[in-house]
Amino acid sequence: MSKKILTTPIKNEDLESLTIGDVVFLNGYLVTSRDDVHHRHITQGKELPVDLAGKAIFHAGPIMQEKKDEPGKYEVISIGPTTSMRMEKLQKEFIEATGLKLVVGKGGMGPKTAEACQANKTVHTVFPGGCAVLAASRVEEVESVEWLDLGMPEAMWVMRVKEFGPLIVSIDTKGNNLFEKNKAMFNEKKETVVAEIIKHVDYLD
Amino acid sequence: MDLNTQREHFIDVMAKFTGYAGKHLPDDVIAKLEELRSQEDTPMAKLVYDAMFDDLKMAHELNRPACQDTGVIQYFVQVGSKFPMIDEIESCLVEAVKKATIESPLRHNCVEIFDEKNTGNNVGTRIPWIDWEVVPHNDEVKIYMYMAGGGCSLPGTAKVLMPLEGYDGAVKFIFDQITSYGINACPPLLVGIGIAGSVEVAAKLSKKALLRPIGTHNSNTRGAELEAMIEKGLNDIEIGPGGLTGKNSVMGVNIEQAGRHPATIAVGLSTGCWAHRRALIKFDSSLEYEIISHKGAVL
Repeated sequence: MSKKILTTPIKNEDLESLTIGDVVFLNGYLVTSRDDVHHRHITQGKELPVDLAGKAIFHAGPIMQEKKDEPGKYEVISIGPTTSMRMEKLQKEFIEATGLKLVVGKGGMGPKTAEACQANKTVHTVFPGGCAVLAASRVEEVESVEWLDLGMPEAMWVMRVKEFGPLIVSIDTKGNNLFEKNKAMFNEKKETVVAEIIKHVDYLD
Repeated sequence: MDLNTQREHFIDVMAKFTGYAGKHLPDDVIAKLEELRSQEDTPMAKLVYDAMFDDLKMAHELNRPACQDTGVIQYFVQVGSKFPMIDEIESCLVEAVKKATIESPLRHNCVEIFDEKNTGNNVGTRIPWIDWEVVPHNDEVKIYMYMAGGGCSLPGTAKVLMPLEGYDGAVKFIFDQITSYGINACPPLLVGIGIAGSVEVAAKLSKKALLRPIGTHNSNTRGAELEAMIEKGLNDIEIGPGGLTGKNSVMGVNIEQAGRHPATIAVGLSTGCWAHRRALIKFDSSLEYEIISHKGAVL
């Protein structure tokens, strides 16, 4: 199987053939945006310092280190994905407001995001959780940082990445949702499993 | 050694130890992950395990934290009442965290409540979190370090059940939480459960259960059986690495208990992600140390 690579600016047609469970890689701009960035832009109405149209955002709070010889320039030490579900509350509005095309995170997102992905031709993908040095190795350069007053994890780190992945498609442009599908399966199995266990736990005298 | 030199030594060792534990997983976790990885046969589960082991290798080679979320630093201290530096431990641990934050480095993970500002050095109100147990007639100290990451702290919960809801109620409560919140918390998880009479005791014991090595068992026969039943049950759900389905769901299930009130059964849940950064160090009365969780570790 050939390696599917998305390059920013990402166009709708680059995404429309993708289906949940597919594996892709990213070239170009990846910008960290998590809880506080979503809150500032959507809830507090502050203008974003970075144009995200056609770009990818990363639900991630990295460890960055300022370069000793170049003040204001940073090197990424570790950068893995954070729990995407935390952004469910504002992700739809954030997608609509920015025109971003790819969300990279960890774990599933809910029906509101799936709706926004379908309506705006956007895709949510997951990078394997905890694999932060692997992810850092795919970052070519940290170009800039905005809203650093939010602190290191919450700031917007603008990065250029090369073959960043593996990214597993978890919500596609048809609105299919891999984790919701898995969850339904897990819940079905759970019923059987729990029914069996509770036969054996009447410890009351 | 005078007191200042002793303090410097203790701070230096604890800073290096804390940083080290963010870059290398403990022996029991590595062994379990290797075992679980070998059982997977789908491309998706293999892809995720490959990424995990590549990451651990690179973290080791490049001397970097394996996961960017180096957590809120928590120390669980078992101190002998005769340990000569008992008065110095707390202030030394605070200094060690500040030092590790710069030297390791660690991510800045302490946001003050109400002020909503990141302190920038992982130290803040009651942080690092320090839990104390005093061991009588003993002159050593054992310190567990745990990096409480955001992702694996999110599924944390506790509830007080009525006795007629029984252990059934506790089992359902655990399974509901793992199949919803747990799948996003970087499985395979280590599941810590506390059972007690009130909510704070159950919650604290659930975290202490995560400190116990994988493969050890509850001190009570029924408790050990319940651990095994929940572990098998969760694995049969086949959540897989990253929640993307696979042969297993968890690295283990550890339960700790305290006597309950006749009218309550409290249950607490804490989860550890696959990158379970838990480490144990022991100092004797002359501050010679031994790292118990990571054999052959060199700070």
